[in-house]
Amino acid sequence: MKWKRRALAALGATVLAVCGALPAAAADDIILNEDLSVSGDYDWTRFAGENITLNVYNWGLYISDGSDESVDVLSAFEELTGIQVNYTTFDSNESLYAKMKSGGASYDVIFPSDYMVGKMIEEGMLAPLDYSNIPNLAAIGPEYLGWDFDPDNTYSVPYTWGTTGLIYNTTLVDEAPTSWSALWDMQYANNVLMFNNSRDAYAIAAKKLGLSLNPSSVEEVDRVMQELQGQKSVVQAYVMDEIFDKMEGGEAALAPYYAGDALTMIADNPDLAFVHPEEGVNFFVDSMCIPATSKNKEAAEMFINYMCETSVGYANCDYIGYSTPITAVWELLDDDLKYSPIAYPGEEVMSKAEVFTTLPDEINAELDAQWSEMKSYDESGGSWMVVIFLVGAVLLSGFNIWRKVRRKMRDTY
Amino acid sequence: MKTQHKRLLQRTYIVLIFGFMYLPIAVLIAYSFNESKSRAVFTGFTLSWYKSLFQNEMILSSLGLSVVLALVSSVLATILGTLATIGIYSMSRRTQLIINNISYVPVVNPEIITGVSLMLLFVLMQRTGLGGEGGIFGWFTLLIAHITFNVPYVIFNVSPKLRQLDPSLYNAAQDLGCTPRQAFFKVILPQLTPAILSAFLICLTYSIDDFMISYFNCGTMQTLPIAIYSMTRKKVSPEINALSTIMFLVILSIILVSNALDSRTYRKNQAAIRQGRVQA
Repeated sequence: MKWKRRALAALGATVLAVCGALPAAAADDIILNEDLSVSGDYDWTRFAGENITLNVYNWGLYISDGSDESVDVLSAFEELTGIQVNYTTFDSNESLYAKMKSGGASYDVIFPSDYMVGKMIEEGMLAPLDYSNIPNLAAIGPEYLGWDFDPDNTYSVPYTWGTTGLIYNTTLVDEAPTSWSALWDMQYANNVLMFNNSRDAYAIAAKKLGLSLNPSSVEEVDRVMQELQGQKSVVQAYVMDEIFDKMEGGEAALAPYYAGDALTMIADNPDLAFVHPEEGVNFFVDSMCIPATSKNKEAAEMFINYMCETSVGYANCDYIGYSTPITAVWELLDDDLKYSPIAYPGEEVMSKAEVFTTLPDEINAELDAQWSEMKSYDESGGSWMVVIFLVGAVLLSGFNIWRKVRRKMRDTY
Repeated sequence: MKTQHKRLLQRTYIVLIFGFMYLPIAVLIAYSFNESKSRAVFTGFTLSWYKSLFQNEMILSSLGLSVVLALVSSVLATILGTLATIGIYSMSRRTQLIINNISYVPVVNPEIITGVSLMLLFVLMQRTGLGGEGGIFGWFTLLIAHITFNVPYVIFNVSPKLRQLDPSLYNAAQDLGCTPRQAFFKVILPQLTPAILSAFLICLTYSIDDFMISYFNCGTMQTLPIAIYSMTRKKVSPEINALSTIMFLVILSIILVSNALDSRTYRKNQAAIRQGRVQA
């Protein structure tokens, strides 16, 4: 892989140099190492020697950090700027939010997804960005800017994006599915995996019913959740990252997941295929933001600017496998990936894609409550089994105590 | 006939129980050598996950934090807990009962309650301006939290041993000319050492293992369990299998070595006793 990437980067660089398509790629680029170089027009070293540490909080496995033969963009940043990076990771938007709210930690750069950006803006948790410190915003494709959750990108810069879709095993399905309703199809009973996260699961059921994935009333939530409850008998398991192993191992026929991860799975098991269902999918943007509590805002902006550099973006895109919003990075990609309908779907899919918005509190609460209820609901009467088992256990221990007491009584005589 | 059946049943039972306990670890070890990233198919033997593990700075630094934290917190908790045990021992029966029950609370409490309540306490302290600009969350909150949940385990490991000791031992030592301090260090402490050591090992494992309490109190630091948990949106990297294999082997060898040493001193003692008898 590595030689391929390097050859490609070299090729890309020559192409760019010839056409002069990228203004930032001026002759005075700073070369960091064989894989990374950054724009020379930016004052990267103004914080050197000030002993600043940036607390960066990102999704797990969501940066090219040198593992698995990737490029280490973090240590290159430290060497370039003299700023230390304390890099830690989270598993979901909700734990990021909880961590920030608890007051137990102060971060400088965080990576929330779209609807969480909106929620944090509403609650005043983010600082507006000073774009004179982030000139690389110009590198981001305009189609990835200005979404509803942050219309003027005052608070967020896109990091990666992607869509959800349906992954299926071609050897286990009779005909290629084109609709979310395949996940409700009785012939795949016990062969279907489902998102174990309320928002993504809800989106699928809502799209199947032709509704928006952002519910506008409590009744709408109830109706969609009813649909999800009806799906329970078909679903083998509600999972997240286990989807990788189950799909690659052929343990399930159908599963919804993120497009970037679908590419990874297909690379490991060529029997798998991916489709954007016709009802429409979720389009998500994971963004970079600076919390209002950050003490090193300008250094944090420098970090965001660095992440938008072409070579850095390319390294990240290559490692994560999600789609990039940086135009110059997209141009560097392999043709297979560049024109892949999975990673970079056409207008037909994108026009029907919808972004999560921040839900009002009451609808959010209803969604959470209904989701837990749906998951604990068991139509086969399994909940009775627990009660019977408990009663049995109590009876057994009662019998034991009675026996012991009797023996003791007998012994005393 | 009947006893044979019984023995067969016993054997199967033992095999089943050990299977449940150790098969998962065996699978994990096998897949740490798997060439492909997948946990579903075994494509070939490789050591590359071990190689890349030692280049992965994030995993290594969180492992480092976990190990140092476990060592420091267990040492401190063991000292604190042992002192507490001796203190409790010299109390009246009634107070002993009360104090023992109070120190049992963190053990029976769900971890999440311990974690959240400690966090709230620290947030409150932070509000009063403690810790300055950066806040107090970080190494010290983690350390305090880990000591807090470790101390009860020490108390409950050491106090039975202390109760088993003959109370006249201490008096006898003083009769033979020890100062109270000498009597403690030369007579009582050596008797307690095995219990203290096992308490220390228990603390070490609980501390390395802990996710819940660390999660709420780590600030911007990250222990190994937290790092692994955050990988669950993408796929947990096989480097973690490699790391778990190494940790399992290290712990296994520690147990084996300590058991071997134990049985050697035991044999020596037995031999000495026997010889003594012969001579007498």
